[in-house]
Amino acid sequence: MFLADRRQKLRRDPRLVWAATIALGVLLVALPFVTDWAAGRAWVRIAAFALLYVMLALGLNIVVGYAGLLDLGYVAFFAVGAYFYALLASPHFDLHLPFWLLLPAGAAVTCVFGVLLGAPTLRLRGDYLAIVTLGFGEIIRIFLLNLNAPVNITNGPQGVNLIDPIRLGDLSLAQTHTVLGFTVPAVYNYYYLFLALVLGVIFVSVRLEDSRIGRAWAAIREDEVAAAAMGINTRDVKLLAFAMGASFGGVSGGLFAGFQGFVSPESFTIIESIMILCMVVLGGMGHIPGVILGAVLLVVLPEALRYLGPLQQALFGRVLADPADLRLLVFGLALILVMLLRPSGLWPSALRRRELAAGGGAAADGRA
Amino acid sequence: MIPRTGNAPLLEAVAISKRFGGLSALAEVSLTIARGEIFGLIGPNGAGKTTLFNVLTGLYAPDAGEFTFDGERLTGMKPYRVAACGIARTFQNIRLFANMSALENVMVGRHVRTRAGVPGAVLRGAATRAEEREITRRAYELLDYVGIAGRAAQPAYGLAYGDQRRLEIARALATEPKLLALDEPAAGMNATERAELKRLLERICASGITLLLIEHDVRLVMGLCDRVAVLDYGRKIAEGAPLAVQHDPAVIEAYLGGALA
Repeated sequence: MFLADRRQKLRRDPRLVWAATIALGVLLVALPFVTDWAAGRAWVRIAAFALLYVMLALGLNIVVGYAGLLDLGYVAFFAVGAYFYALLASPHFDLHLPFWLLLPAGAAVTCVFGVLLGAPTLRLRGDYLAIVTLGFGEIIRIFLLNLNAPVNITNGPQGVNLIDPIRLGDLSLAQTHTVLGFTVPAVYNYYYLFLALVLGVIFVSVRLEDSRIGRAWAAIREDEVAAAAMGINTRDVKLLAFAMGASFGGVSGGLFAGFQGFVSPESFTIIESIMILCMVVLGGMGHIPGVILGAVLLVVLPEALRYLGPLQQALFGRVLADPADLRLLVFGLALILVMLLRPSGLWPSALRRRELAAGGGAAADGRA
Repeated sequence: MIPRTGNAPLLEAVAISKRFGGLSALAEVSLTIARGEIFGLIGPNGAGKTTLFNVLTGLYAPDAGEFTFDGERLTGMKPYRVAACGIARTFQNIRLFANMSALENVMVGRHVRTRAGVPGAVLRGAATRAEEREITRRAYELLDYVGIAGRAAQPAYGLAYGDQRRLEIARALATEPKLLALDEPAAGMNATERAELKRLLERICASGITLLLIEHDVRLVMGLCDRVAVLDYGRKIAEGAPLAVQHDPAVIEAYLGGALA
């Protein structure tokens, strides 16, 4: 929103923008090495997961942030993408299709699921829509849980094991490689692949936001009746939002399956949907940098709070409160505080910030 | 006075009826609007004016009757199809896209006349870029036309009331309508704003767009409209030139009650 303003701001000093972009690029490339050195290999894995969740959050952002459709079952698309990859690239059916084929195919399949969910919910708004999408999320999970009889498709609660690691041509991401004298372990490879795809997803999001389609989404979010009266086919535009959002989730799911090597219905519970929604809302609905920040924080924060146990040990000589309980307590408190202090998200778009600051009557500094 | 192009009426509504439960909001209302005229729809509160608007613009499906627009049968068509056929509207209780800028509001109005889809948006090829440029240019032009070009970057909710009404008109004009339907455009405006609005509507009409107008302000209606229809309790009780309608006993009774008629 307000791209004219933003462009103007960027034009102010292009050198600064380039410097910031290069610095950010170097940081992102160096990140696995730095975290590995400073905090251990486990944190590189957490960084890779953060990227997966960034992708999910950006997908949900299209549905919730852009089109304003509250989706509480978004994890279903993550699940469909993950199982799609898992079933077609594992010993379960003894199928081992290549990644480059499964990635776009998975996106297309979840796209279809997005439309399947979207179609019956078109007439619903707000709370009612949320309830139906909630149901859809559960239906998918329960299907995955029970589709092991009479014909074993999903292997039920045991899940699918020994999923093929992702291979790009002859390059297996599950092996350690040496590039320019640097040792690049498996988890680094995944980090870089996810990073590349996240950049792709950001690119698509940015382009969609500032387009005829993006404006149509914003219009139905703001006022569906007025949007229809202006000639927007609300049905098609909503289905498009569901389909686009779902395909991001599907891609993310496929990557998750290849990365983990194992999927089971347990990974796709309602809590996951709610976490992804929290990332979007907490970060700043409809604002890409905010959503990314939300996703990274909500992945990193719970992990960081694991250190509460050792911290107590160091401070008091013993563990006073179970860190697992404390973790949830602190996490919940953090969420409440953010919502109280920054109701439009940690990093809302310029427009929403202005809305909060002035409550109307913003400066009229005219055309771009 | 007003150039009439073509002989066939632009809009023809025949015996439109609409019920809400036991309430008959519209009872066999028939209307004919000629090309290029300014047609006023008046009546006491609750007479069914807005309901008729909503039926004409596809928001409600009528229970009976049908209407044709520019030779096409539009009865029961979805609102977006009606807009594509060339009817644009404003709303009694302003319905702008509040959190979008004034410019973006008008740009949304161009949706129905432009084509770019997801591939176009993502790849942003030459055709899409040209289309976007044209949308932006036209949107600025329309903001300027209604007199709020200086407010382009402001969010719609922050505009002054009169400017919001103008913005709604600009947004409706962006759809390239043949018929512009305005639901109480002067409501809440002061005398100066009303005079400006009147001039704006006359300019729109002069540009070849037919106007359908719901309005309470009698002076505005009398000064602006070529013909007027009066609704009362969902029935059309009078139609004709403003002056004739003003002195129609049925109209006086509807507005002032039987005792004075």
